[in-house]
Amino acid sequence: MTSQVSKKLQMAPEPTDKSSKYTLDRGMPGAFEGETVTRRRFMTGVVHGAGGMAAAAFGLPALGFAIGPIFQRQPWSWQIIGHPDDFVETVFSTKVITMVEGIGDAGKTIAYVRKRDPAIDTEPHDKYNNYIALWNRCMHLGCPVRYVEAAERFICPCHGGIYNFRGEVAGGPPVRPLDRFYTYAPPPGERGHGYVYIGPPYAVNSELKRFSPRDPAEPLDGIGQYVYPPRFDTPTLPSLKDLPLPPAVPGVGS
Amino acid sequence: MALTGSRGSAPPPSREAEPMTKTELATEASLTVVDWIDERAQLSQGLRWMMFRKVPKGINWAYTLGSATMIAFLNQAVTGVFLAMYYRPSVTGGAYASIRYINDDVPLGQFVHGMHKWGASVMIVLIFLHMGRVFFFGAYKYPRELTWIIGVVLLILTLVMGFTGYLLPFDQRSYWATIVGVNINNTAPFIGPYLGDFLRAGPEFGATTLSRFYAIHMMLVPGLMAALIGLHLYLVAKLGISAPPWLKAQEPEVAIEKVEV
Repeated sequence: MTSQVSKKLQMAPEPTDKSSKYTLDRGMPGAFEGETVTRRRFMTGVVHGAGGMAAAAFGLPALGFAIGPIFQRQPWSWQIIGHPDDFVETVFSTKVITMVEGIGDAGKTIAYVRKRDPAIDTEPHDKYNNYIALWNRCMHLGCPVRYVEAAERFICPCHGGIYNFRGEVAGGPPVRPLDRFYTYAPPPGERGHGYVYIGPPYAVNSELKRFSPRDPAEPLDGIGQYVYPPRFDTPTLPSLKDLPLPPAVPGVGS
Repeated sequence: MALTGSRGSAPPPSREAEPMTKTELATEASLTVVDWIDERAQLSQGLRWMMFRKVPKGINWAYTLGSATMIAFLNQAVTGVFLAMYYRPSVTGGAYASIRYINDDVPLGQFVHGMHKWGASVMIVLIFLHMGRVFFFGAYKYPRELTWIIGVVLLILTLVMGFTGYLLPFDQRSYWATIVGVNINNTAPFIGPYLGDFLRAGPEFGATTLSRFYAIHMMLVPGLMAALIGLHLYLVAKLGISAPPWLKAQEPEVAIEKVEV
């Protein structure tokens, strides 16, 4: 047997069939009976495969690490912004709310809140928009807009975006009306009655139809909603069952 | 001496008798060290290939813009490494406080920070001048297209550096400029919203956005740029420098004759 092998290794057999899958038939030097892949080629494949696996072992986790946030869900909660008496139909109240916990001022933003006025707020009414809460984030490129009382307009300092009392675009480069927040004032008997809560934000198109949260500069009219797809995992409206209550003031009530 | 390849040669016998001066000893010692390294690494060959190239007639100061850009990059690299010794990418006040500390308390801190800050603008200006020189001299044409393509990638990476570096001082200007910049990225159709989420590490500017920008600014992109600059330079040396467009082309025979004489 040994002599047979060494004999085969020494002299290449005559190629009988060039298209055969057996190396012996193709006349490869050192070919074995029944061998289809030469040892040299097998070794090359193993080395490349092992190198690729080693690179993937650290490369793929690192990639997942970097792009993971795209698939992450933003946590949302209801926050107290005041009492029902604090808000009127004609004047916006400025409320500082926390968007991201634990990073100080960088995680805070401003909502302009007023009571819903059926005379001008013609979008469909439900229990989440008894109070109109507009996000101060400009829909052009995200600068903070401010409400100018005398003009009854929201004006952006960066590139001159202007919005009217309802948050609709009145001029300048913004592509859609100001984003809004869900608001909720629990009726008598429900947990949290006597407070106004502010929830997650939502985007609106020019007809004030609700969309899942989008970034600024992404239009939602026409094909805009398809050109700028929503996040993979959009936040759901937090439950109304466990609304947070303010900490008890010592010495008042029970 | 070392670069011309006379390694390990003994001093001439006539000077054997008289003692060497201190300068001669020092020269001899340093040459010995250089020769010892070169005998093993054989770097002088590559250095000669890189440094002593033939260049066409008529080249001028505009041809130094590429080297100037590289010096600007090295300035950014060196000052950046030392700024990283004091900088803290903390959102809750640490970043801005560390920049204040660098500017106000660290010896030469304001100078090094200024070199990095203004050097960034200088680098962008130099890149565009260099690009303009290459474009208007037609130096991007065959066989130098790959050099041009790598150069364009380097330009984009430099702009990425400018964008990510702008956030790091974490004052009002850098915060809002980054918000606007990320939202400009969002306007890319289809991939824009995901690009924004990738840059911010989430749907909102969050706790890890600053450290993400910092990591991209000081590790990811500089490493890529250093590798691509090496490739860019290799191609420049390998393919040679193009003659200025106003130089009249010589007949090949004439040119060869001149070289041989």
